[in-house]
Amino acid sequence: MKKILILARMTFREAIRRRIVLTGLVLGILFLVVYSIGFRMIFTQIRNETIAEGTAFARVAQTEMSNFLLVAGLYAVTFLSVAMGALLSADTLSGEISSGTIQTIVAKPLRRSDVVLGKWLAFAGLLALYLLLMSGGIIVSVYLQAGYQPQNLLSGVLLIYLEALLVMTFALACSSTMPALATGGMVFGLYGLAFIGGWIEQIGTIFNNQTAVQVGIATSLLFPTEALWRRATFEMQTTLGAALQMTPFVTLSVPNLLMVLYAVLYLLVALFTAVRVFQHRDL
Amino acid sequence: MSVQAIETEQLRKVFGDHTAVEGLTLRVAQGEVFGFLGPNGAGKTTFIKMLLGLVMPTSGTASLLGAPLGNREVMTRVGFLPEHFRFQEWLTASEFLSLHGELLGMEAQALRSRREALLERVGLAPFRNKQLRTFSKGMLQRIGLAQAVMNHPALVFLDEPTSGLDPVGRRLVRDIIRELRNEGTCVFLNSHLLSEIEVTCDRVAFIRHGEVVRSLELDALDGSESVVTIRAAGLTARMVAEMARWGQDVQANGEELTLTVHNEAAIAEINRYLVAQGVDVWAISPRRLSLEDLFIETVGKDGGL
Repeated sequence: MKKILILARMTFREAIRRRIVLTGLVLGILFLVVYSIGFRMIFTQIRNETIAEGTAFARVAQTEMSNFLLVAGLYAVTFLSVAMGALLSADTLSGEISSGTIQTIVAKPLRRSDVVLGKWLAFAGLLALYLLLMSGGIIVSVYLQAGYQPQNLLSGVLLIYLEALLVMTFALACSSTMPALATGGMVFGLYGLAFIGGWIEQIGTIFNNQTAVQVGIATSLLFPTEALWRRATFEMQTTLGAALQMTPFVTLSVPNLLMVLYAVLYLLVALFTAVRVFQHRDL
Repeated sequence: MSVQAIETEQLRKVFGDHTAVEGLTLRVAQGEVFGFLGPNGAGKTTFIKMLLGLVMPTSGTASLLGAPLGNREVMTRVGFLPEHFRFQEWLTASEFLSLHGELLGMEAQALRSRREALLERVGLAPFRNKQLRTFSKGMLQRIGLAQAVMNHPALVFLDEPTSGLDPVGRRLVRDIIRELRNEGTCVFLNSHLLSEIEVTCDRVAFIRHGEVVRSLELDALDGSESVVTIRAAGLTARMVAEMARWGQDVQANGEELTLTVHNEAAIAEINRYLVAQGVDVWAISPRRLSLEDLFIETVGKDGGL
């Protein structure tokens, strides 16, 4: 355990020294500034236009718009976190193997699994910090400007975190045997497949097409990223929004908790695979 | 029998259809400075990597300091400088040594004092807070060497430790190897630089196509075997035959005679004998067999290709 923490600290320090943290922080803040300005403009517009229609209607319209903009912001953050997760781990094992820096590490009195778990822990921490900054920024910005907060906020953000962790872990498993570019191609290829599968599933639900729904579920089993996002939006959506199907973020075919459990299992298997493959390869 | 630093039995590694190490059996005693020689691609690095747990052997057994491979307790007493010394370049020299000390499980106090002593020893103390990315090849090798001996190892593997170094750096490596020997550390040295091996090692093994083809004590090489060339007028067949008393591989070619002798005293005796026989001796030139001669003789002029 001690060795895992030493290696996690080393990986963390690497991220700081290689300006990964700084880049994420600066661009993240820039994102939040632009988001807040955009939110202000749209929200002011909505408020001005609905103010004559009476308070009840104005309240509903403002809530629905706030919810939509908040989820839209989180949607962007989810993609950024997923990309961050993939980029962090795609080159980590393969890069250290090909450069040879891994050799003096592995020749120390430690288990090879310590190396994988140390890196995983550091990346999980970095992703948590990143997500905390980004989603926290959006949530606070919306709350301060509109006084709005969606339901089940914590479960929503945790599901997004799970999605980012899943992608990071999967990329780590790929990185234990494939070069970084192949890992990137693999991860984003599957992510795209799950994304399009998710849409087929949602549209299939509207037209009551069971085959289309099955296709969506099959792609979610292959790579459960979109399912986690759908579940997150389901958690945070408003009752009225869901009933009226007002925005593209309204989830109609809801991935059940079994799917969330499946995603957790998927992550654990990916982590286990990363360790196993790395344990048995020649360096 | 005392515990060997390294003991391997038919250790073998096959990568796909390429056999990198062919059943290598080797014993290296504790405290010995051992040179591992062979042409490029002979399997030297793969052999070291198997012992360090970086490469899984295909078959065979091996032990380090009496324990089978993969024993973590033993690895706290093993050091390693890899061939292409690429390190975590975003760390400073001081952080780099601390990281490796921590991974070795060193106590904070012991780690700090050892780190400072080693930074002084390899001449990098003024650069302790510089990141490794700014280091030259020679500086990286110095910090790599310091890393390899952080834990006062009982056994240290140095894979081509002098390949990138200028003469001052090479001298430093040589001195450190001597200090390690005095501390009773076993040093396993992979090198092409035969002159280095000649001055530092107690014993060498030649490896070719992944097999040990010859092993010898370097003391035995010292002044013992020489090829003597004699130029003299009036050598008879009887005299040439008589040379077998002092050496072997006797070859006569007109006025020139060569033979291999095993001690220098023989040369004086040969001279006395020839003069007593009334021969005019013009020249006797002994040439000591160098490690390089042995290397070429052992692995062949093709370099083992």
